[in-house]
Amino acid sequence: MSASVDFQEAEYATERPLLEIKDLAIGFTTSNGEVNAVRNAHLTVMPGETVAIVGESGSGKSTTALAAIGLLPGNGRVAAGQILFDGEDISNASEKRMIELRGNSIGMVPQDPMSNLNPVWKIGDQVRETLKANGLPSGPDDVAKVLSQAGLPDAGSRAKQYPHEFSGGMRQRALIAIGLACQPRLLIADEPTSALDVTVQRQILDHLDKMTTELGTAVLLITHDLGLAAERADQVVVMYRGQVVESGPSLELLQNPQHPYTQRLVASAPSLASRRIQAAKELGVETDDMLAPSETGVVEPAKSDDVLQIQNLRKVFKLRSGLGKSTDFTAVDDISFNVKRGTTTAIVGESGSGKSTVAQMVLNLLTPTSGKIIFDGVDTSTLNSKELFAFRRRVQPIFQDPYGSLDPMYNIFRTIEEPLRTHKIGDKASREKKVRELLDQVALPQSTMQRYPNELSGGQRQRVAIARALALDPEVIICDEAVSALDVLVQAQVLNLLAELQTRLGLTYLFITHDLAVVRQIADRVCVMEKGKLVETGSTDDVFESPQQDYTRALLNAIPGAGLMLPPEMDVA
Amino acid sequence: MTPDYTTTARHADSRRPARRTEHFVADVSETPLQVTDRVKDEAAPLSLWGEAWKNLRKQPLFLISAFLILVVVAVSVFPGMFSQIDPTSEACQLANSDAGPAAGHPLGFTQQGCDVYARVIFGTRSSVTVGLFTTIGVLLIGGILGAVAGYYGGWIDSVLARINDIFFALPLILGAIVMMQLPMFRTNKTVWTLVLILVIFGWPQIARITRGAVIEVRNADFVTAARSLGVSKFGALMRHVMPNSLAPIIVVATISLGTFIVAESTLSFLGIGLPPSVMSWGNDIQAAQASLRSNPMPLLYPAIALSITVLSFIMLGDALRDALDPKARKR
Repeated sequence: MSASVDFQEAEYATERPLLEIKDLAIGFTTSNGEVNAVRNAHLTVMPGETVAIVGESGSGKSTTALAAIGLLPGNGRVAAGQILFDGEDISNASEKRMIELRGNSIGMVPQDPMSNLNPVWKIGDQVRETLKANGLPSGPDDVAKVLSQAGLPDAGSRAKQYPHEFSGGMRQRALIAIGLACQPRLLIADEPTSALDVTVQRQILDHLDKMTTELGTAVLLITHDLGLAAERADQVVVMYRGQVVESGPSLELLQNPQHPYTQRLVASAPSLASRRIQAAKELGVETDDMLAPSETGVVEPAKSDDVLQIQNLRKVFKLRSGLGKSTDFTAVDDISFNVKRGTTTAIVGESGSGKSTVAQMVLNLLTPTSGKIIFDGVDTSTLNSKELFAFRRRVQPIFQDPYGSLDPMYNIFRTIEEPLRTHKIGDKASREKKVRELLDQVALPQSTMQRYPNELSGGQRQRVAIARALALDPEVIICDEAVSALDVLVQAQVLNLLAELQTRLGLTYLFITHDLAVVRQIADRVCVMEKGKLVETGSTDDVFESPQQDYTRALLNAIPGAGLMLPPEMDVA
Repeated sequence: MTPDYTTTARHADSRRPARRTEHFVADVSETPLQVTDRVKDEAAPLSLWGEAWKNLRKQPLFLISAFLILVVVAVSVFPGMFSQIDPTSEACQLANSDAGPAAGHPLGFTQQGCDVYARVIFGTRSSVTVGLFTTIGVLLIGGILGAVAGYYGGWIDSVLARINDIFFALPLILGAIVMMQLPMFRTNKTVWTLVLILVIFGWPQIARITRGAVIEVRNADFVTAARSLGVSKFGALMRHVMPNSLAPIIVVATISLGTFIVAESTLSFLGIGLPPSVMSWGNDIQAAQASLRSNPMPLLYPAIALSITVLSFIMLGDALRDALDPKARKR
């Protein structure tokens, strides 16, 4: 180490942290008594530094950040510890003092761009409100300047528009503009891009990076994605069940995770896993991250043919535009692909690409406008009601929302039994036996049978949904974003389960997802869709290694952590 | 048990000079790892209604209103248990006209010399009958039409919605006044004619609520899942959509039960509801208004009984709404 570095370090040793959280405990008063949401949390944000808090839902990451800006919900309070903002303890500061700090000292970018803008106010007015509240000049030019800094083109006229005229990405930009309007010294960004498409997410984060660097703003980034955190932050703080389990420089944390929880996270985060697979491929090594069975290791299914053939499929929706007039909207535009028995084919695309419409048509819940879906040699549009009933046995869906896909009024036994009863399979005793077997298959205890969906977690519900889908011994399972709503570790668990079931039962998956990182782990073939068109299709390896289309390339580059240099084999014992 | 601190330089960043950040690792014994996504099997399984019941049991609002409703129902089914005095006009003695409370007659007498307490007790049945059966009728008609409109949508929905609007636009009291003047109703007024008329003008509200609830549920993934299992469209409506739409309907039905009792009294008060031969609170209030200035008590007591009954149904509806709130469901 040279003398100059030592000098700099000495200088930084005396530097005061911008935000320092010490031994923070946050309690919530609920109907079941006091609940400790956060214990012993501590983190330090130096001026101009980006710190990411990573954790799954319920880990206390958002609660910690909300405490720092004094916006805990009414039943929550700081029970112990200190929150020092620039040396001042604000953990129990007066509301008046917090109002002074909010906006011009601590800014906030909330999570959901859809619900965090007031729909009846023009965008410009919402920015002006922030400027005014903090005593800054708030003329139309100032508002336009703030908006254009956040990367909104044509800001002057955009300011006169309402939130519903903005796309999700533009709304998030407007929220960033509001958060940074008063040039705060600390910006708290709570999952700022989790509701956005990956390519938009990347643009927004790049821009946020650029802005905060220019302004010298420190950022407290809250995210569930370890890859994204490592890519964007200088320092990563990992929270688990209300406690900080590990913190440190982001790259070091990824390369050398110490706490078992961090090790699990690093092993499971799809963005990192896909990055490792990529690195391993380049070196020609096999990794454990590949959930899709490689060609050699798989039990050959009885028949090896194209179980599904999609030919020139089109779906046009008529959009009503008043007084009997209607405009055509082509959701799916002339797509063709085949799905081989016993393999996983992923359809990837951003929101509005038509991927879910394809799934609905394959499930025969929507009628194609033109084109054919040939299942096991039979055109599904020609099925009569009896044949359709039989078809239903062989093709089953698993949906995205684990909270919406199970009937809340049915207990788990009735839920899984329903397909058997509908198809009049077996008697009561044999059906109960089958339900028990299915629960075993998805690794849920048999006692779950008596429970109701609202008593289970998201991952458990998704397992129940899988068990229900398996009840009729189907050949093809359509997973419509089946793991997108789950926490990282649970997601990995469910993906493993799906892969295991595929090997054991020879299932064919059609996997609809927006998440390329997951695709890398599980799929054999990929179909990339953009605005209803199939832009690229090929084996997963080919598409990831040499994407042919710009769009695919943009999608691949947008996987968080794509730029991270990771060793292909992580030793995570 | 000190945490393990290791200090390393922050990863290369050209923008800023290197700054030391320590690598903190919490003690594993203090932050134990738990099995990912374990099923909690301590508590007994609870269905949606089971959980609602668990919440309701603790609510004073529910307990009070449920108790009052039980009393009212008991009175209407077994009025003889609460009063041995014959309240009918034949048994009334004009000598007691407008007399105050006396032994065995705690609430005094009406202008006709009838016992007020007994009349209030025996008048309960007609009010409760009208309220209950109107609600059942409204639930049947409004529920079926609303569910069909919401579930099938399209032109069925458009037609039913317009019919609904037409009935919605007619004020209940005005409509009832006109209907009651029709020869077929004028000549035989009973509790059931009143129920029929109230149903005719009361169903649109339930139909609207049902339609909204059904539309909300019909697009849920579990309905799509059931359909792709091979459950028929009607089967999915009966097995999944309706049970899940019931909560808001029950709440509104409970509250409107109270308002139907009020409607009965209003119509009786106006002289176009139940015939004077049928004992009801509305009729009693109407009869007592003549002597309101000299003896307000005969008017006051049936009015209090009416208010308490209606209030308990509305309170019950509120308590149910809280317990069955779909937003509280998701966690």
